[in-house]
Formats: sequence, structure tokens, C-alpha cells
Amino acid sequence: MNLSLLIILPFITLLAILLVRGLKQVRTIALAGSALQLLLVLALLYLYREERAAGNNAAFIFEDGYIWYRSLGINYHVGVDGISIAMILMTALVVIAGVLVSWKMEKMNKEFFFLLIFLSLGAYGFFISLDLFTLFFFLELAVIPKFLLIGIWGSGKKEYSAMKLALMLMGGSALVFVGLAGLYFNTSVNGAHSFDLFDVANQHIPVGVQRVFFPFAFVGFGIFTALFPFHTWVPDGHSSAPTAASMFLAGISMKLGGYGCLRVATFLMPEAAKEYSTIIIVLACIAILYGAFATMMQNDLKYINAYSSVSHCGFILLGIGILTRTSINGAVIQMVSHGLMTALFFAAIGMIYDRTHSRQVAQLGGLMKMMPFISTVFVIAGLCSLGMPGLSGFVAEMTVFMGSWEKSDMFYRIATIVACASIVVTAVYILRAVGSAIMGPVKNSGYLPLKDAGWNEKLAAGLLIVGILVIGIAPLYLTELINPGTDIIMNVINKAVTK
Amino acid sequence: MNYSSYIALIPLLPLAGFALLGLFGRKYFKQSSGIIGTLLLLVSTGLALYTAYQYFFVNGKVDGVYQSITAIKYTWLSFSGNVSIDMGIILDPISVMMLVVVTFVSLMVHIFSLGYMKGEERFATYYAFLALFTFSMLGLVVSTNLFQVYMFWELVGVSSYLLIGFYYDRPSAVAASKKAFVVTRFADLGFLVGILILAYYGKSLDIKTLVENINSTELANITTASFFGISALTWGLTMVFIGGAGKSAMFPLHIWLPDAMEGPTPVSALIHAATMVVAGVYLVARLFPLFTLTQSTLNIVTFVGLISAFLAAIIACTQTDIKRVLAYSTMSQIGYMMFALGVSGYTGEAELGYTASMFHLFTHAFFKSLLFLGAGAVIHLVHSNEMKDMGGLRKYMPVTHITFLIACLAIAGIPPFAGFFSKEEILLAAYHSNKIVYAFALFTSGLTAFYMFRLYFSIFWKAKGPSMLVEAHSPSPLERDWGEAEGPISMKLPLIILGACTVIAGFIPFGKYVTSDGIPLESHFDLVFSIAPVAFGIGGILLAMWIYKKESERPSRISTALGGLYKTAYHKFYIDEIYMFITKKIIFNLVGRPAAWIDRNIVDGAMNGIAWTTGKFSAMIKGIQSGRVQGYALFFFGGIIVLAMIFLYLWK
Repeated sequence: MNLSLLIILPFITLLAILLVRGLKQVRTIALAGSALQLLLVLALLYLYREERAAGNNAAFIFEDGYIWYRSLGINYHVGVDGISIAMILMTALVVIAGVLVSWKMEKMNKEFFFLLIFLSLGAYGFFISLDLFTLFFFLELAVIPKFLLIGIWGSGKKEYSAMKLALMLMGGSALVFVGLAGLYFNTSVNGAHSFDLFDVANQHIPVGVQRVFFPFAFVGFGIFTALFPFHTWVPDGHSSAPTAASMFLAGISMKLGGYGCLRVATFLMPEAAKEYSTIIIVLACIAILYGAFATMMQNDLKYINAYSSVSHCGFILLGIGILTRTSINGAVIQMVSHGLMTALFFAAIGMIYDRTHSRQVAQLGGLMKMMPFISTVFVIAGLCSLGMPGLSGFVAEMTVFMGSWEKSDMFYRIATIVACASIVVTAVYILRAVGSAIMGPVKNSGYLPLKDAGWNEKLAAGLLIVGILVIGIAPLYLTELINPGTDIIMNVINKAVTK
Repeated sequence: MNYSSYIALIPLLPLAGFALLGLFGRKYFKQSSGIIGTLLLLVSTGLALYTAYQYFFVNGKVDGVYQSITAIKYTWLSFSGNVSIDMGIILDPISVMMLVVVTFVSLMVHIFSLGYMKGEERFATYYAFLALFTFSMLGLVVSTNLFQVYMFWELVGVSSYLLIGFYYDRPSAVAASKKAFVVTRFADLGFLVGILILAYYGKSLDIKTLVENINSTELANITTASFFGISALTWGLTMVFIGGAGKSAMFPLHIWLPDAMEGPTPVSALIHAATMVVAGVYLVARLFPLFTLTQSTLNIVTFVGLISAFLAAIIACTQTDIKRVLAYSTMSQIGYMMFALGVSGYTGEAELGYTASMFHLFTHAFFKSLLFLGAGAVIHLVHSNEMKDMGGLRKYMPVTHITFLIACLAIAGIPPFAGFFSKEEILLAAYHSNKIVYAFALFTSGLTAFYMFRLYFSIFWKAKGPSMLVEAHSPSPLERDWGEAEGPISMKLPLIILGACTVIAGFIPFGKYVTSDGIPLESHFDLVFSIAPVAFGIGGILLAMWIYKKESERPSRISTALGGLYKTAYHKFYIDEIYMFITKKIIFNLVGRPAAWIDRNIVDGAMNGIAWTTGKFSAMIKGIQSGRVQGYALFFFGGIIVLAMIFLYLWK
């Protein structure tokens, strides 16, 4: 299969959006485009499994490449392994759900849907890139639309949030670029430098160089995935963003960082990853527990989910920092799971906000009575977040715990227990939100005539829930999909010797 | 013979019921959802009984020893090494017994709810939740894998949460559901860490393999590895036990159980009396071969069980909400089961405690669900949980009255009812092991009889006539057909069936079937030994009769005489208040609030500070690029002079 289709299809959708006018036409095109994306990704999954079943053991499949800028060694080089397919699949689900919940977006609809699709293009490009420069290129493509989405369609102190988010993520990108450049100038293929992932991986980057550039790459990507203490864009950014943008931001953008930490920082600089792992684990544990405690005190539903994202993304970084096969698997599962779950959460919050015009836990109440469907969606997202078995969050967290327990030093033991402790705090804040917003007596009689979800919202929630359930009930499919990818990373890590 | 084909259906049928009613119940099966759920469970119950028959009488025994059979097992998620989470079904004496108990009691509750919940707006949802719970509980008891236990453990917690909060518009129900979930979640943290410790040393999550590994090759590792001078085995098992204690409402993690009575009464009968709350006991029994390796953990089990049994019995004597009395009585009885396990050994005569504990679990399921369903029938009639609104109901509810009396006699340990036999064995096991435990247990059984009959007399005797019923059913209560007072046949039938079970269950020679090592235990019944417990039981009943049978000043006189002691017990020893203090004042105010504040002001403040500094700095230097040529000329020549001076100085 030609992977470039993943970029071409959103691109065609963008052109089509430019040609039509009016909300009805625009949204139809956007929905058709995102539905085709989903089908394309499912086809990709199917073909990938076929290829593996046929005995293709290459690290990356469906590789494709063109020379882009020869003299600097920049190439367009794409390919996928199980990890990227899992991320792409998650992205496709979030994109279609995001388009569906924005069905009634009247304000500047053309631009809005254009930016949504544009963002998805960036995300796909990022996940399939095997060239560090193109990877960086697509990372940037995915940042810019967010600034506009928040700044134009946002709510609250949107200018501040949009600026903060853009600056912090741009700062992250700058760090990433320093890291990538550091790698680039330490490669030598036939006398020239190379941005190619394979070339960098095959060269042994000297440990001294890794020590310098690993922090740049890891922290840079880490900012995207809410690495403590660079997570503060998350609450403001999410709470000001319109629903679909929150879903994309938390569901997809934060995963770009996790993927980058794993694929670029850890995979290409394994010695440094080992050396810095203690720091990463400490920061991740702080994010997990401290994020959870901070969530406990929030009163705005979006702030609750934003802070809980900080806590949940801590599991991604913890899994990567622990550096065992199981824990890295756990990190990848958590990326997929959190992407779906948090998108579902924001979708539910958006539906509630559209109707009640409030996100304050204390003002809502008894929503179950008026909107059973939306409330149920909210409860399911909450249960997934607090790790109910049968939903994806449980699988991800338990895999990380099992993985980090495999290392027997007391430091790892304590880190694991700290991370485990968050399941209690998570239960407290989720049940607090569910208890006062969804359950309880109806606090505002003005809410009584409100209507439950429409077909588009039901479909959006349904798609995400199916994703969550499939991972939660039959996780073996997902782990088998990502295992070969993890093995490649583990090979490199196991070979790495540190003093 | 291949078990697997139909056994998987026992848990899967309720799951199908959950999916069907949960997705389509509201729209399509509004009226029929109860029947659908009940029929599905009826099939499950039939299969469970058939399985039990096959296992105990046909092919479970090989050479006189009951085998542990893995009927189904497939990998659900695998980690590195041989460690994997499997979903499976294990058949051994306790799991088969639990299959019967869970399906049977659940079926009774399903039938009872047909009448009790009639007219409820969310009827279909209710049955969907019941089905989810039944599925989870069945999955728990047949687990082959420690992580499978944990998963279903969480699932029963969630279904319990959903059912306690079923009347979601009542703030008290919401608070209770939250409390139940968070307290048990806190305990589950211990369970999870315990699993991690055991799995690390046992090199497996599969219970059978784990036990074998720890018993043989890994024993030295796990007992020598220590942390704060306590071996890893003790740590692991104690952590697991914390999980069990949370679910089974053992002191000091019991605070959620009385509040959980906010749920519909049939739910209390099923979840908070007969099945879920005994999961902790079941867990200890399931890992019993490991527990017997470390006496210190067994001692913890014993004393936690004993304290819970005793404390709960005292509190039960003072409560006025009939469901809360029953809740404390449940806690007390589970305490019995716990310490019976604690005083037990693994083989031979010493395993009496194990058998007795399982026996008591079995009989308790019947008489306690009967008590709750009876209480449900009473509440259904008088629309109140308070004792003061009841009295004299025996004339109006003959079926409920008789069955309730049977259950009270059973829990008080009066022969020949079921509770007598099981409690007798527990006391005997305690007697052989530890005389102090025995003394406390004996005294507690007297207390049990007292508070149960306090309850019985307050509901069914005491007042001359049901004054409040007279008002409710005017004009003339006597002309009314009081057959209706007890509700429809669907509510009476489960009471009668459970009553019959309570009478006969005690005669099952339990030691023949359920033992820790599978080898039947010869039970020898000692008449002389039973004199003391029965005397205590009768004493308690007579005392309750003297105080509560007739309306009198005696109860209030006694409570005043006891003064502070009574007040402390009435306020449940202020344990709730202590927890409230810890959570509200310490966790929320000293951890949560500072975390949120620090994040907004210090961490984010630093980020804003960087932005602010950058802005200020650029404002400061932007004056330099003013666009005025004179300015630039000044800088230019000034620079030249400075450079010239430097060069002159350096290279002179």
C-alpha cells in the first residue's frame, strides 16, 4: 500500500473544502474525508497484518521514499510498524469523532473544518515519517492550526491560552530541532550527513553526544506530552479550545510527543536514555501523582480532564523511562487508550457545555435525568479513566505497572507504588465529577427541557467507545500489533552499555 | 468429560443479559427486562447446580481427593517471560460452591426484584446492572489467574458503585456510592501491590503455578528477601489481605458498608450480604496454601476478623435503621469467617477452620439474603427504614414474619438451623487454636442473638397495632385483604425458598466436600461443646425479648444507664469522623489544594515569568532599534572607540 495516500487524502479533502461553501457542504466534505481516512487506515491495518502473516519481518513495512533536498541529505521517507499503525488508527477515530461533534459549528465553518483536516494531515505525516526532517516538518504542521483553532473559536481567555500553547509547543519544537540537528551532524553516510532514521540508528552516536542531545529531544517532545514542569499549557489550552480542538489536542497532539520520545529520543540515543531514565521516572511520577491531586481540586470539567491528562500522560513517560519491553508496550497502549478516552471525555464535556453553557461541576447536577446518553458517555469515559477492567485504560496502566515492577531495584519499586497510588486519587476526582455533575438532584430547573444527544454525537461517541472496548476486552490484538515495533527498540536498548 | 462447553455459559449468560438490557432495555424491553434477566439467570443457575452435581458426586474426586480442574483457559494479555493474564475457569470445591451460591442468591434477588422494583422508571437499567454484577462475581469466583481475580474484583466494585447509586437523584445515595468505591479502591491498591510482589517472586500470575513455584523453588527467595525486616511473602500476602479486608468490610476499612445500604434493598441482599462482601474471605481461601506459609499474616487475618466481628456486633446493638443493623451484622459474620481462616491450618484436623469458614459463608449467604429480602418486604410496606415506624407487623406479613424468624434463629446459632452448624464449627476451630479468640467469639455470638432479636421484636412485635399502617390503609385495615401487604408472589416465593434452604443447609456434611487440600474431613459432632454457644444464643434472645417484646421504657433506661458507652457505639466509635478528618482536612486541604495552588502559581508562574521577562527584556532593548540615524551613528562610533581601546590595550 502506498502510505502517501495518508497524506494525499487529507490534502484532497482540504482542496475540496476550499471549493465548497456553506456549513452543510463543508461538513459533508469533512465527514466524507474523515470517513475515507478511517477506511483507509482500516485497510492499512488489514494489509499490514497480511504482510506480517506472509512472513515479512522487516522493521518497517510499506516503505517509500523520494529525494527531497539532496545536498542536505533530506528525504521524504515513510514506512510503518505496529506502533505507528496503532497511533494512526487512534488518530483516524479521533478525527472522525471530532468532525462529527463539530456538526453545528456555524462560525467560520470553512476555516474550522479546514484546520481540523489540516491537523490530521500533520499527525499522519508525523506518524509515518522515517526521516527526521520530514518528521519535524509534520510536527510543526500539527502545531500551527491549534493556535488558530483556540484563538478564533475558543472561549474564556482564549488569546492568552492560544499564545501560551503555541509558544510552549514552539519552544518544545525548537528543543526537538536542536536534538535532531545534533544527531544529524554526528552521522556520516558516504561522507555526508543524514536525517534518515535508519542511518542514524545504524551509526553509533557517541555516548558523549547522546548525553548532550538526548535532553533536548526528550524534553522537547516531552513538552507536547505534558512533561512536568512543562505541562502548564495543557489546562489553559484545553479549557479555552473548542470541543473538537480539545479532542485533537489531547487525543492526538499529546501523543506526537510520546511517540517522538520513544521513536526519536529513546530509539536513537539508547545509552543516554538509560542514563537519564532516573530523572525521567521521577518527573513522570511527579506528573502522575501531583497531576492527580491537582485534578482533585478543579471545578471546571475541562480543567478536570486537562489535569487528569497530565496525570495519565505521566504513565506514557513512565513506561518509556522504565525501559522494559512490557513498560514500553504499556506506554504505547496508554497513548492509544488515552487518545480515545480523552477525546471521548472532551466530546461529552462539549455536548454538556453546548446545552447547559456551563462547565462548572457545582452548577451542573442531575444531568442523567435530561440527557441519559451523554451522561452515560461521560460515565464510561470516567470509568475508563479510573481504570475499569474491560476498558482500555485498565490494560494500559496495568501493563505499565507490570513492566516497571520487572526491575527489582528499590527505586523502581517505589516509583511503581507511587504510580499505583494514583488509581485511588483518580477514583476520587472522577467520582467527584460524576457524582455532582451527572448524578444528584437537578440543580438548575432551566436544564430540564434540554435534549439528549443527536445522531452525530451518538455516532462520534459510539466510534470512540468501540475503540476503547475493543482494546479493553481483547488487548492481545493490540499488543501483538505493537510487539514487533517494541522489540526493535528493545534490541537497541539491550545492546546499549552504560558505565 | 469435557466441562468447558457449558460452564462458560454460567457467567456469559448474565453478560449477554447486561449487553442486551444495557443497550436496548430502555427502548424495547421496558416491561419485559425483568423477565429476560431472570430467565437468563435461571439457566445459569441450572447449569451451576448441574456443574456442582457433576463435580461433587460424579467426577470431581480422584482417589478420594477433590481435584482442582482448569476447565477453560486462554491468554488475555501476555507480558515478558511466562507471565500472562489468562481468562479461565477453575473448578475446585470452593469455586463450585461459590458458583451455586452466587447464581442461586442472584436468582432469588432477580425474582424478588420483579415485585419490589415494579414501576421503577429505570427498571431495565436496574436489571442490566444486576446482570453485570452477577457476571463479574461469577468471573471472580472461577478465576484461574490472580490478575483475573483483580479484574473481576474491580468490576464487582464498579457494579456495586452503580447499584448503590441507583437512585442517583438522592445526594445520600451518590455520597454512599462514592464512599464505597473510594474506600474499596484504596484497599485495592494494597491488593495490586500484593499481586505485583507475589507475581515477581512466584514468576507467574497463574494461581496454581504461583502456589507451586512459591511452595517449591522460589520459597527461599521470597522468604529471605525482606523489607524493613519483614519477608516479601508476608508483605505480599498482607497487601493482598488489605484488598480482601476492604471488599469484605473488615475493620478499619468497613466504613463504606453501612452507607452502602442506600442502594435498593434487593441489591443489599445480593451484593452487600451474600456475595460481593465475602469476596475477601474467598480471596484468602483461594490463596490459602500461601497464607499457611506465614503465621504472621494469618495472625493479622485472625485479629482483624475477630475485632470486626466483635466491634460490629456492639454497634449493631445500637443502630435503629434496620438495614444498618443488618449491615453491621454482615460485617460481624464475615469477621467470623475471616478469623476461622486465620486459626486454620492447611491439612488434616487443623483445616477445620477453613471448612468451617466456607461452610459459614455458604449458610450465611442464605440466611442473610433472606433477612435482607425480608427487610425489603417490610420497607416496601411501611416506606421507612427506621425501627420506630415498625412494630406489630407479624399479623400482616405472616410469610415474612416466619421466614425472618427462621433466619434470626439461624444467625443466632440455634439448632437445627443452618447457622448453628457452621458457627459451631468455627467456634470449635477457634477453641482448638486460641482460647482468647474463642472467648471473644463466644461472647459475640451472644451479642448476635441479642441484636438480631432486638430487630425481630421491634419489627414484628412491640406495638399493639401498626398505627402507621392504619393511617396508610384507611379506612379499615382489618377488612382489607392483608395477603397483599407482603407484595406479589414474586416477593414471597424467594423468601419461602431461602427459608427452606436456611432450615436444611446446615445438614449438609460440609467437611466431606469442601476442604483446603481436597481430602474429605471427618466431622465429629460434639454435643457437650455446643452447650455453651447455644446457651449464649438463648440468653441473648431472652434478653432481647425482655427488653423489646413489649413497648416499654426499658430500652431508653438501659441506653441512659450505659451513657457514654452507648453513645460511642451509637456513633460507630467515631471511625467515620476520623476518616472524614483525614480525607477532608488532610488529603484535600494539605495535599490537593496546595498541589493545585502550586501548579497555578509556582510552576505556571515560572512559565509566565519567563514570558514576562522575555517581554520586558525586549521592551528594554527595543529602544535601541529606534530608526533614528543619529542614534545608530552614536552606537557605531561609540563601538569603534570601545573596540579600538580594547585592541590598543590588548596588543600594545
